[in-house]
Amino acid sequence: MLGFDLEVIVASLPFLMEGMKVTILLTVLGVMVGLPLGVLLAVARMTLPAPVPQIVFSYVNLCRSVPLLLVVFWFYFMVPMLIGRPVGGYYSVQIAIILFEAAIFSEIVRAGIQSVGKGQLQAAHASGLSTWQAYRHVILPQSLRRMVPILITQTIILFQDTSLVYVVGVRDFLTTATIVAERESRVVELYVFVAVVYFLICVAGSRVVERLGNKAS
Amino acid sequence: MIAKTEPIIEFDNVCKFYGSTQVLRDCSTKIYPGQVVVVCGPSGSGKSTLIKCINGLEPYQRGKLRADGIEVGAKSANLIALRTRIGMVFQGFELYPHMSALENITLAPRKVLNLPKHAAEQRAAELLERVGLGDHMTKYPAQLSGGQQQRVAIARALAMEPKIMLFDEPTSALDPEMVREVLDVMVSLSRDGITMVVVTHEMGFARRVADRVIFMDDGTIMEDCPTEVFFDDDKCGDRAKIFLSKILHN
Repeated sequence: MLGFDLEVIVASLPFLMEGMKVTILLTVLGVMVGLPLGVLLAVARMTLPAPVPQIVFSYVNLCRSVPLLLVVFWFYFMVPMLIGRPVGGYYSVQIAIILFEAAIFSEIVRAGIQSVGKGQLQAAHASGLSTWQAYRHVILPQSLRRMVPILITQTIILFQDTSLVYVVGVRDFLTTATIVAERESRVVELYVFVAVVYFLICVAGSRVVERLGNKAS
Repeated sequence: MIAKTEPIIEFDNVCKFYGSTQVLRDCSTKIYPGQVVVVCGPSGSGKSTLIKCINGLEPYQRGKLRADGIEVGAKSANLIALRTRIGMVFQGFELYPHMSALENITLAPRKVLNLPKHAAEQRAAELLERVGLGDHMTKYPAQLSGGQQQRVAIARALAMEPKIMLFDEPTSALDPEMVREVLDVMVSLSRDGITMVVVTHEMGFARRVADRVIFMDDGTIMEDCPTEVFFDDDKCGDRAKIFLSKILHN
């Protein structure tokens, strides 16, 4: 009973993999939908007339000032209330993560846009491009390139943060591991295994960031 | 000899403020099609601001400004249409660093004029040839010298086939040995009859190609006269004389 039992992990791998799929899906959709939304928020905030920038600012500030856990709770309990029917745990947390990440990404993108000199926008305008075309072809390609390392870093953080969905019972990697741990009374094995997997994936991600950083300098 | 046609650019008491500081004070002048006008003056005198008003990059608060038939300050002014007819070259080149020389030049013709890719590239290649960079089409700005970058920037502005070219200190950021190659391109342009407004301290260029010189100080147009008058000691105003003596004897 006290020995470290690898058998239990091997036996429950298929079940744990299902959990990992959910974790990856939450992360990938969080980035793939959250990032474009974040770009839209950042560009809207920087180019549109009042009151759009103020609204975006309030939204971003709200998201940055509350824990992701709370946002997950809100959506889990409030979305079914608002639309009058249950949406399922996965959908509610996926939406929560996308909207939350959009706010985080918009701040990263805004900093990236500001790092591109003002002269670039003037040059694009002077040649007849509209503001939208100038961002699309001149400003965003430059700023997104500079932001790649920090975007990957944020993705790694999100990958870890998705484990918060445990609180509403969505079966991600951590939740499935917990289920196995409790069913088999193998808490140590399972939580060590979970830690190792998160660790390896995140270290690999950080290495990529380092490489990119070296390349950039 | 020039006043028979309508002016292509007309400033009428244009004033501009940044907050409570006034940077342009009742600026009035007329520029006719085909003229080459040099704008000079000490730094901070409003030269750059003045020419950036022409294509609407800088808004102004009072007065009137017409450029190529468009009232620039009007709310209804179609600035995009105006800017397709006005090319601009900046002190810091402002080439797009993520695009090759060719892509820099074809972007606006393709996206604004909707020129097919092939036609835009052909035009860009001709223009690069014309500014002496036919061998550098696929290079990125970082692979080009300052003088080469500025010549690409001139080609980029010309790709829209503008009626007016604005130059904002085009040689100020260049190493001395590269000034010449950029000025040569500008001299050849002036012979093509394109209207040019050039902010510069290159008085040799002014003497050689400018029809007129505008001298600004503290947001005011102090002198606005034919080139030969401007460089004539007896006729030139005192402020301009002091300025000239400073930049010519340095």
